[in-house]
Amino acid sequence: MKHMIRDAGPSVGMPSRRRFVQGLALGGTAALLGGFVKPLWALDGPNQPHVLSGTEFNLDVAEVRVNYTGEPRLATAVNGQVPGPLLRWREGTTVVLRVTNRMRVPTSIHWHGILLPAGMDGVPGISFPGIAPGETFTYRFPVRQSGTYWYHAHSGFQEQTGLYGPLVIDPAHGERARNDRDYVVMLNDWTDMDPDRIYAILKTRSDYFNVRQPTVPEFTRDAATMGLAGALRERAMWNRMRMDPRDLIDVTGFTYTYLMNGATPVGNWTALFRPGERVRLRFINGSANSYFDVRIPGLKLTVVAADGQDVEPVAVDEFRIAVAETYDVIVEPHEDRAYTIFAQSIDRSGYARGTLAPRPGMQAELPALDPVPTLAMVDMMGALGEGGGHAMHGTQQEPMGMPGMAKAHHARSEFHNPGVDMRIDFPRTNLDDPGAGLRDNGRRVLTYADLRTIGGSLYPGPVTRDIELHLDGSMERFIWSFDGVVFSKAKPIHFRHGEHLRIVLCNDTMMNHPIHLHGMWSEVESPEGEFQVRKQTVNVQPAQRVTYRVKADALGRWAYHCHLLYHMEAGMFREVVVA
Amino acid sequence: MNARMHANAFALACALAAAGSGGAPAFAQELPAMQHPHQPAPSPAAPASTAAPAAMQDMAMPPASPPPPRPARQPVPRPAAPPAVALHTLHMPSMPAGTSADGRSPDYSDGYDRGSMPGMDMPDDPRVGMLLLDRLEYVHSRDGGHATVLDGEAWFGRNFDKLWLKFEGERAGGRLQDFRSEALWSHAIAPFWDAQLGVRHDFGAGPGRSWAAIGVEGVAPYWFETEATLYLGQGGRTAARIAVEYEARFTQQLVLQPSLEANFYGRDDPQRGIGAGLSDVEAGLRLRYEIRRELAPYVGIVWRQRFGRSRDYARGQAEPADDLQLVAGVRAWF
Repeated sequence: MKHMIRDAGPSVGMPSRRRFVQGLALGGTAALLGGFVKPLWALDGPNQPHVLSGTEFNLDVAEVRVNYTGEPRLATAVNGQVPGPLLRWREGTTVVLRVTNRMRVPTSIHWHGILLPAGMDGVPGISFPGIAPGETFTYRFPVRQSGTYWYHAHSGFQEQTGLYGPLVIDPAHGERARNDRDYVVMLNDWTDMDPDRIYAILKTRSDYFNVRQPTVPEFTRDAATMGLAGALRERAMWNRMRMDPRDLIDVTGFTYTYLMNGATPVGNWTALFRPGERVRLRFINGSANSYFDVRIPGLKLTVVAADGQDVEPVAVDEFRIAVAETYDVIVEPHEDRAYTIFAQSIDRSGYARGTLAPRPGMQAELPALDPVPTLAMVDMMGALGEGGGHAMHGTQQEPMGMPGMAKAHHARSEFHNPGVDMRIDFPRTNLDDPGAGLRDNGRRVLTYADLRTIGGSLYPGPVTRDIELHLDGSMERFIWSFDGVVFSKAKPIHFRHGEHLRIVLCNDTMMNHPIHLHGMWSEVESPEGEFQVRKQTVNVQPAQRVTYRVKADALGRWAYHCHLLYHMEAGMFREVVVA
Repeated sequence: MNARMHANAFALACALAAAGSGGAPAFAQELPAMQHPHQPAPSPAAPASTAAPAAMQDMAMPPASPPPPRPARQPVPRPAAPPAVALHTLHMPSMPAGTSADGRSPDYSDGYDRGSMPGMDMPDDPRVGMLLLDRLEYVHSRDGGHATVLDGEAWFGRNFDKLWLKFEGERAGGRLQDFRSEALWSHAIAPFWDAQLGVRHDFGAGPGRSWAAIGVEGVAPYWFETEATLYLGQGGRTAARIAVEYEARFTQQLVLQPSLEANFYGRDDPQRGIGAGLSDVEAGLRLRYEIRRELAPYVGIVWRQRFGRSRDYARGQAEPADDLQLVAGVRAWF
């Protein structure tokens, strides 16, 4: 029967998938150069081909021919490159960026995670009118922070077609710790399909790209091991709800080729080291619609920064990086051998891959993809799903005496709304869950509970009010929203200038949503309300409640949205007015 | 199971008809522009400095002045959305109950409108269309006869409102035997359900028949794709049609699709060989292989049974009253 649960083995899929996953060795714009030119972006390493540093930058946005899969396609590129050049700024300077549109459609560049005046933020319709064909727009603003960030288009689906690049800001007073090598590792998802077509397909048949749907043989296998009643019980709620516990992400390796610094898995982007060196890897998830689980078998990853902000070092084996997040990681390889940087997509439909090696041309063993994750009860029921979960019957009864229990306050607009297919009354609030597919996998996996920004909050004053917003959607209709109201029907959210407020996000869906507030920090709180970590994009897991503080110190109009590109386009977007 | 499905679907159709007579279903899609309960009324003294958008191009320093919010104005209170119609009972039986009455306001605008900056391109309610040829099939009957069948639908529209066309017809012996065509306005009434209102016309053997149509289409719990429609024809004719489909996935490409369709008529229509009451039932089992998501050849077996006077009429025409058919065809969508 349809929609049965439990992990299947890895790797089932449509026939053409292998080609997409593996890609061509000569992927991307490298093919243009007529030779095998891998984009090696070592900041302090031996190869620094595409780094632009200083205070003045001329960036040209134009279409270029690329070929990642064997099919030539047009990509949207900055200075002819996908990803665009690594921009390296210094804290305390003022940067000038002249962006020229050499295409037939409007474009824009948004400086993701950067504190700047509203007019410089690069969101058409909110911060500026966009950059018309043939025009040059000059961005100019002081650089008030340091760390790892990125930039990308905020126009149409250009973020999917290649308009993105890494951004590294050197601290005014030097790095906290000395590193021998410093590499950017940017993760992206390339598709040969027209993103407009992808969006139309999602609106028509939202499970189109899910090639891991539960099957009858899995059901019979379960029935054999746990009995028919058990197998049925396990599936009952999902099927009654018309939800697929394998629906982890809307667009998958069915169409995506995952890239590491612009290289396909076969292209094998390589970073060099000498045994015993400290190597800093700046991971950026610059993809349009993909979550990655990243690890380097054989090495501990010491996370030292999240979203550009230094955190107390924490050593892990693996971390999940949501769209638009960045993590700086230190590794210290002591052996004279190659290590695989393995970034599998959240649904295990593919991976991005690169290599850390003492010499070029080496490679290490490629790990198998993990089993396909299946959502758990906590992903559907929040706090009520903890400890196994019980079926919901009628009204959720308020559980008595459970610590950390928070009740969601639904908006009126979430009721009787064909665009809202579920509501969680008692979301889970804990931050120490690595999420579906990473739970109990035998590895030490990073969670938000591990992240503690060094120096604490920038804004120690009290929080004066809460703004609660719910992340809503209809999987079937592919409608996504805050509070059940899509962007085109929504009023802006007003922050009073100077106020210190708390955003309460409750995820009423069974998908992760990376929520990005432009122009201001999002200071995530622990479930107890203590300051935890300063971020620019906050991932909210299925059926989870996350709170963060915002100091409304940036006058103007700002974008606020889910950073899954297709969710943003489908309505999970708001305008914030600070005035 | 199926009996219950029918009952549900009928209840739904009836509820819908009731709703239809009482006006459009009142689902809250528009926000009531209510003040956030914790917010005092916005002060009209909001900063009025307006930076001209043009000044943002190529300026030496960005504006330190506040953004261009309009002076705050009092939102116009609208009555809260009335409670939902009877379909509420269908809405997520397993979901926590709750009402919109105790919900908070989703409006945190304090009276600010969205800015007037041009260039916004966020198509959250795009026009989308689809053409589904669900069955384009060759039918081989037990008695050696054969026919071709076309069954499909096409829709075009936005998130909550679509133009929906349905067609189903059979050609045998070199002529069109029966062809049902419908044109409906399809309006979302619940996360998994659309209400449909429109017209139907039947072509083929016998005189053409026209009907007004009202019904629902959607996904019932446990993934039953369901259509239930009531028809009102000329001269007091009535009819109802129920169709339920299920998909059992054996692999990601191999799908077994059981289906059940039943037609009911309020009175005899001898010219079209239709008797009052339950006229015919068709149960199918089709196994398809999705070469691509959009293209799937299939084989299957179909059992068709006529009942009551429809059965008598068929016998009178020397047609089988019941038939076990082998079918082969292709399913495609665009």
